Amino acid sequence: MSTRLRRRSFVGGAAAFSAGLSTGLWSVAPARATLAMGFDDARHLLSRTSFGMTPAEIRSLETVAYASAVDRLLTNPRREAMTPAPDWIGMGPAELQRRQKSAEAQRKQGVDGKVLEVMLPVREQGRELRNWWVEEMITTDQPLVERMTLFWHGHFTSSLMKVRHPSSLFRQNALFRREALGNYASLLRSVARDPAMLIYLDGRGSVARQPNENFARELLELFTLGEGRYGEADIKAVARAFTGWSVDRESGQFVEHPDRHDDGQKTFLGKSGRFGGDEILTILLAQPRTAEMIVEKLWREFVSLKPDPAEVTRLAGGFRQGGYEIKPLMRALLLSAAFRDPANRGALIKSPVDLIVGSVRVLGLPVPEKTGLVRMLQGLGQVPFDPPNVKGWAGGESWISTYTLLLRQQFLRRMIEATSVAPMDGGMRMADRPNRRADRREQLPAAETMQMMDPPRPVEGRSLRNAGNEVRLGPTLAGVDSAVLLQTLLPRQPVDGVDASGTAGAIVAAALLDTAYQLK
Amino acid sequence: MSRILLLVELKGGNDGLNTLVPYADPRYRELRAGIGVSRERVVQLDEKVGLHEKLLPLMDSWRAGDLAIVQGVGYPYPNRSHFRSIEIWDTASAASQTLSEGWIAQTFRGARLGKGIGVDCIVADTNALPSTGPSLRTIVMQDAENFLRQANGVAAESAMNDGGNPALRHLLAVRQEINAAAAGLRDRLRDAPAPAEAYPQELLLGRQLDLATRVLSASVPVVAIKVALGGFDTHANQTPTHERLLGFLASNLAVLRRNLIAANLWKDVVVMTYSEFGRRAKQNASGGTDHGTSAPQFVMGGGVKGGLYGAYPSLSDLQDGDLRHTVDFRNVFATLARDCWGQSYDFGLRQPQRLDFLAQ
Repeated sequence: MSTRLRRRSFVGGAAAFSAGLSTGLWSVAPARATLAMGFDDARHLLSRTSFGMTPAEIRSLETVAYASAVDRLLTNPRREAMTPAPDWIGMGPAELQRRQKSAEAQRKQGVDGKVLEVMLPVREQGRELRNWWVEEMITTDQPLVERMTLFWHGHFTSSLMKVRHPSSLFRQNALFRREALGNYASLLRSVARDPAMLIYLDGRGSVARQPNENFARELLELFTLGEGRYGEADIKAVARAFTGWSVDRESGQFVEHPDRHDDGQKTFLGKSGRFGGDEILTILLAQPRTAEMIVEKLWREFVSLKPDPAEVTRLAGGFRQGGYEIKPLMRALLLSAAFRDPANRGALIKSPVDLIVGSVRVLGLPVPEKTGLVRMLQGLGQVPFDPPNVKGWAGGESWISTYTLLLRQQFLRRMIEATSVAPMDGGMRMADRPNRRADRREQLPAAETMQMMDPPRPVEGRSLRNAGNEVRLGPTLAGVDSAVLLQTLLPRQPVDGVDASGTAGAIVAAALLDTAYQLK
Repeated sequence: MSRILLLVELKGGNDGLNTLVPYADPRYRELRAGIGVSRERVVQLDEKVGLHEKLLPLMDSWRAGDLAIVQGVGYPYPNRSHFRSIEIWDTASAASQTLSEGWIAQTFRGARLGKGIGVDCIVADTNALPSTGPSLRTIVMQDAENFLRQANGVAAESAMNDGGNPALRHLLAVRQEINAAAAGLRDRLRDAPAPAEAYPQELLLGRQLDLATRVLSASVPVVAIKVALGGFDTHANQTPTHERLLGFLASNLAVLRRNLIAANLWKDVVVMTYSEFGRRAKQNASGGTDHGTSAPQFVMGGGVKGGLYGAYPSLSDLQDGDLRHTVDFRNVFATLARDCWGQSYDFGLRQPQRLDFLAQ
């Protein structure tokens, strides 16, 4: 018989059982403002600002007062990635194109009539770039910076698919990271000059003679005001104002061509002048709606699926009047009553990055080769550097369909099994271990070329329940008692029920596969 | 006309040369001096090729004329990575192209499928890629028992337990949708007769075919079912492993055939084996074979026109030590799309050359 575990709620370090079942939510410790926040608040704070927090991380926070913990998260944000950058980031677009062409020619030509397996540099650099970021998300000591970087990437979208110059995307990512908790106004001004953006939204070819409206439209619709708050004439004016901002073909750097700029009179949102790009941005930043739009988006990312209009207005007012400093806004958001409202715990759906990066982190899985993780993200609909369109990822409920839900379960199963069956670093050589193992388990074929975890990839042979018993918990989870394991992994009671009498491994497996694990 | 495709994935890269043996070619003995199948262990099909004797259980089907063997199936610019190559097969892509939609799902793009019971494909192993895509609803029943059990649990609880949490409500609604399919399946499966003859349970394939037989007997309206047999990655000391796998495959498929004939379903089903690649023509130093290229495929069913299709790749005209394919697998898929499901999808082939192994 399976015993349903009820989550314990820690009050000042003392354990107490909650009556969570009646409300369907874990109960919360009564607030003791300046005292230790306790396990549940610590868990919630980390679940929204980190990836896959471990029991030790929660424990180190639970004794701290809530406000100081928030301040700690926001102090001295890392402005550069820890992971060493790929070595090609200095390569300009022209050089990359030359290499790409020569590789394509080489491939076509071949040697002795044999087609060559030639590495296409655009694709290869793109792969390295995605792996680089996934590695940074896994290893960083400041996950909130990565979350914010990903947030800005989803807001100011640019995709490799269109840009086809990974160095530019790398530099754009460096910009998002630098300003992750910096200043929105300077971020917006930098993005308008960002080469990847200029390529992605066709600004680089926009000239006085023939202004391109792509960037202008998205600037108004997606980056600042939102649809319906401007007219077509405004878009045309903005397009003209940004003409002449371009990208140098050789270096890939921003370049201004005054001779291609339309410096005539423009009327934008009722104001007239010989506006250039910066004047347009100044006007946009003065609009209350710009700040509100950012706050709404951040709310959906960090607090709940349904922004509270009054709170948004309040927070946005402070944001705009404070000169668009992001840190105080995030502080206010994380300290808000809504963020700490127990009803909002487990009220967000994990993004694919949350799920994949978080699970790798919490399980402590060593994954030297990240390509497999990126492919999982691809299957689940969130490839870094390749948002589906200019609107970025819709997120929220759209993350979950019958297909992606089953796929999520499959990937989680795969990770659980990876703790005991298939090494994450690419398998063993069959020559060294003849097929006994494969025979016994019908495990997937292993070979030196094998990579772990492409989309629906089999590690088959045992039912999940058996797999659970074979789970080998890494240092992140080993030795932790069952109740804390559940409390760490799930934001609320298990939906599907977890057998509390199982081994720690079986409990971890069941928790990861519980519907509640999809929530954060 | 509509038939159900039963895919049998042979995981790891099945050695085609020791499956359908070119026994009459002296080059075969040279390339396979140690692990070659000796003449007297080959069940002759024609003057050139024959089956490994472990495949003897398939001879009923061959004699009855409902076993087709497509020879030399592969694709241009072969990739020798397990994952990449099976992905190429499962998405019917060119070697240079990465697609995310499975070939069966592509076949049904824009087609109007009946509502059925909420599921179009059942995958009994773990790799659902062939039917992955927006046009089809695929249920992965890697562990049918567990799947149905979980479905039960959530269905009962979901209505009351979202606690006013919209994110959870959405998750439960999607689960509900999956569960509806599962429930439909469960009801049908509960009433389905057990197969007339039990499957060997030694490896998972037997259990998967048991499930497949029940799904078919229960008239669950699916377009495809997928099962798999693993362990074909025989880099070292190949013979005992490979023979065991071939014997197991053949005996299971023979049981499947008898069961479906007994249930009067054999004419409605097309069974097809496939593998990510064949193996290198020349054996390696460890008494095994390394990753290669083309290999034969078995196609069985009451509507199948038995015999050999395609040409056996030449053993004296190897490409980089590998067999040159003579049939592009996408032509096999295009044949199935037309003759199983009446769809004219051509998988990006400029000139699809459909084979004629299925009666119209």
